[in-house]
Parts: sequence; C-alpha cells; structure tokens
Amino acid sequence: MVNEIINMFSYDFIVRAFIVGILISLCAALIGTTLVLKGSSMIGDGLSHVAFGCISIATILGFAPLEFSLPIVVFVSFLILRINENSSMHKDSLIALVSASSLAIGIFLISVVKGVNIDINNYLFGSILSVSFEDVIISIILSIIVIGLYVISYNKIFALTFDEKFAKSIGINVDFYNILFSSLCSIVVVLGMRLTGSLLISCLIIFPSISAIQLFKSFKGVVIISSIISIFAFIIGLFISCFYSTPTGATIVIINLIIFIVFKLFSLIKKSI
Amino acid sequence: MNELIKVNNLSLGYDKKVVLKNISFSVLENDFLCVVGENGSGKSTLIKGLLGLIKPMKGSIKYNNLKQTFIGYISQDTSVDKNFPALVSEIVLSGRLNQKNINCFYNNEDFEKLDEVLKRLKIYGLKNKSFSSLSGGQRQKVLLARAMMATTKLLILDEPSNNLDYDFKKELYKILEELNEKGVTIIMITHDLDHSNLIGNKILALRSDDYFFGSVLEYVEVLHHGK
Repeated sequence: MVNEIINMFSYDFIVRAFIVGILISLCAALIGTTLVLKGSSMIGDGLSHVAFGCISIATILGFAPLEFSLPIVVFVSFLILRINENSSMHKDSLIALVSASSLAIGIFLISVVKGVNIDINNYLFGSILSVSFEDVIISIILSIIVIGLYVISYNKIFALTFDEKFAKSIGINVDFYNILFSSLCSIVVVLGMRLTGSLLISCLIIFPSISAIQLFKSFKGVVIISSIISIFAFIIGLFISCFYSTPTGATIVIINLIIFIVFKLFSLIKKSI
Repeated sequence: MNELIKVNNLSLGYDKKVVLKNISFSVLENDFLCVVGENGSGKSTLIKGLLGLIKPMKGSIKYNNLKQTFIGYISQDTSVDKNFPALVSEIVLSGRLNQKNINCFYNNEDFEKLDEVLKRLKIYGLKNKSFSSLSGGQRQKVLLARAMMATTKLLILDEPSNNLDYDFKKELYKILEELNEKGVTIIMITHDLDHSNLIGNKILALRSDDYFFGSVLEYVEVLHHGK
C-alpha cells in the first residue's frame, strides 16, 4: 500500500492534482460554512454551471479556459447578488434559471460547432489529468488570498453570517463582504471544476460544513472540522480513484456522503442519550 | 438633560413608497422611549432609519456625542437562526466589532468586558453553551448582552412578539429598567403596550397618518379621552 502511494506520486499529474485539490478543498470548506449557514448553498451550483458554459465558449473560440471564465463567473455572481437584493424573483428560481441556461448554452455550442476536439465529460465530471502546471500556480496564489482574507476577517465573517442586520448596525460593510464572498466562491468553483467537474463542485462547498454542523456546536468548531473533513475526503477520494480507476469527482462526493451519514448517525445517537 | 438624538421632519420609506411621514421627536440622555403602533405603521422602518440601515427620504436624524455604529441594537430573536452553530461567547463578543477596524481580533480587554456583561445579565453560566440549546428567554438575553458589548449608552430593542411567555417578559422589562436607572438610554419597539404594562417615560405612537409623541402620562390621557 505504502509503496503504491509512493509510486502514485511519481506521476507529475497526480502531484499537481494533489496540491490543487487540497488547497481548493480547504477554500471550499471555509467559504461553504458561511454559504450553508446563510442558506445560499445553491449559489455554488449555479456558478459551476455558468463556468461550464464559459469554458465551452472559451474552447470554441480558442481562449484559455481558466482566464476566460474566471472574470465572467465573478461577474455573474455579482449579478445574482444584485438582482437578488431588489427583485421579486426568488433566489433559488433565479439560480436555477441561470444554471440551466448556462449548461444548455455550453452543451448546445459544443455540439453545433464542428471540429472542436473537446471531451464534455472532462468538464462535466472532472478529470485530474486536466490540471496543468499553470493551474497549480494560480491555485496556490488564489488559495493564499482566500485563506488570508478569511483569517484576517474571521470575526467579522462570523458576525455577518450569524446576523446580517446586527452586523450592519455596528458598521460592518456587509455589502463589501457579500461581494467578496461571491468573488471567492467563483474562484473556488472555477478552479475546483477541473477536479470534480461542473456538476459535482458544489458538493465540495456544501458537504463538509453540513457534516460538521451535525456534531459541532461552535462556529469555530464547524469551520475547523469542515476544513479537515474536506481535505480528508479529497485525499481518500483521490487515492481510491487512482487505485481502482474510479472517477475522481464522484469518488470524493461519495466519501463526503459517507462522512455526512456517519456524522448524522452520531448526532442522532448523541441526542437520544 | 442632554439631547442624544434629534429627529426632525423625518420621512422614511423604500424605493418610492413612503412608510413614515414627517416625524419629529427627540431622545434625551437616560430616556426610556417606547415605540408603539400597529403592524405596518413603520416601527421597524424607524429603527432601520435610526441605525442607519436606510437613508432618510426627507428630514434628518442627528446624534449628539454618539456615533451611529455605537448603538446597541437588539434584534428580535426570530431574525436569527435558532440552530446556528455558535457559542454564547462567540455571539456576545461580536458586539464588540464596532470598535475594531481592519484588525478585528479580540484582545484581553474584550474578554474582560464579555465576562462583565454576562455577569451583569446573570447569564455567565451560559458562556460556553451553544446558542441552539438555549430557551427563548435566554436567547433574548444573549442578544441583549451582544448589544451591551457594542455600547452601554443607547440600546435599541426590537421587542420579541407576543408569543413570548409572560414571566420572561416581566424579567426582561426589569432588566431594562435597571439598566435605565444606571444611565442607559433605551428605545424599545413594543407590539402590545397597554395600560397594564406601561414602561418607560416617553411614548412614540405611530398611526397610519399621524403620530403621538410625549410622556407616558400624556399618552394615558390621550387614550382615555379618545383621539
């Protein structure tokens, strides 16, 4: 087993996927805690579909997928935020609308434009082979930004996650932090898409926090434990997918699901005692 | 007595819809002002205006010796998620963030203040309990403690609605009266103020097209003699 793991790391693409995956998992868990607790976990799902649409367009036009889609996804996340503030439309309907349309446009374009050599499966379900050296560099830089901002403004993030109205009343710039969160969420989605694919990335954001909430009753506890769960599920998922050649994204999601079920059972047992 | 807040010809509303029109009143230091009125009369809108969450459409709100971010606001406990994973200490400390800038880490002074406030409200024992395990009354006290971390000069309270049990209500009123006696100015929105539970020294009664502002005694007079 140990030899196999060491052997695994002799492949460059595994090392790259390993580094990017751990960083993305950590960022996703941090951002996910706030999104889940504020009841807007579906935003990650919506953005991942937008990212899929963008990547399709980028591939057809011959642009670099990452650099092309990142600004567009960030922009769309602002739009969702703004429309949400003063609109009669319900948040989930809006996200569902945006997400289905983007997915449809992406798939439509790929099938219509002839001569494009693109494997839709890679983008929908992820492929660790697709993580390039450039992705590693970008992931490291962006992760440092995400984690740094999170640590610096941790107490404020708690305050506005718990009670936005109060946070506003004591002078925390809630609008600024909402924009910041949307941007960070977009970054995580676009980077993480390479690993788990567009359809499964939102799991990376939502699952670890939901599991942690089952058993931990302090905000700090939830943040720390969800980060650990997220990284753990990624590493185990990556190993399993390499040894048994299962799809990486789906394997990580299933590991997360198992962790959730175990945590939920423990919390039920704890309650009944 | 010094004037703490002066509201002059204030109109408030959302988009183009006016909710409150031409209201004028002032709050003196150490006042205990109750804001009453039916649902939709603009009580919550007024609070948002006072906290600076919405901008006046007309008129002005002036604060003397008080920054708007140094108001202790106590939200209704229905506005926060009861199952939110947070410790009482985490929640109460967050009231202190109005004194922080970019560096928002808590220091020893903040932790001392935390203990002091919790002891003052007699909920020190709840310090490391989780918010979701508390009763409705305890949750309200935690939110009051958080507001007192922000300031002890002016507290604005959006009173929990009628479904709160009577004993807790009496206890909350007692705490507020004690704080008021010690020099804390209080503005409270209340939903069911009648003769039996008049509290405070001044009343602002909002109606759909006019309003009453005066002392509690004057208000009782008005009630007795019709409008």
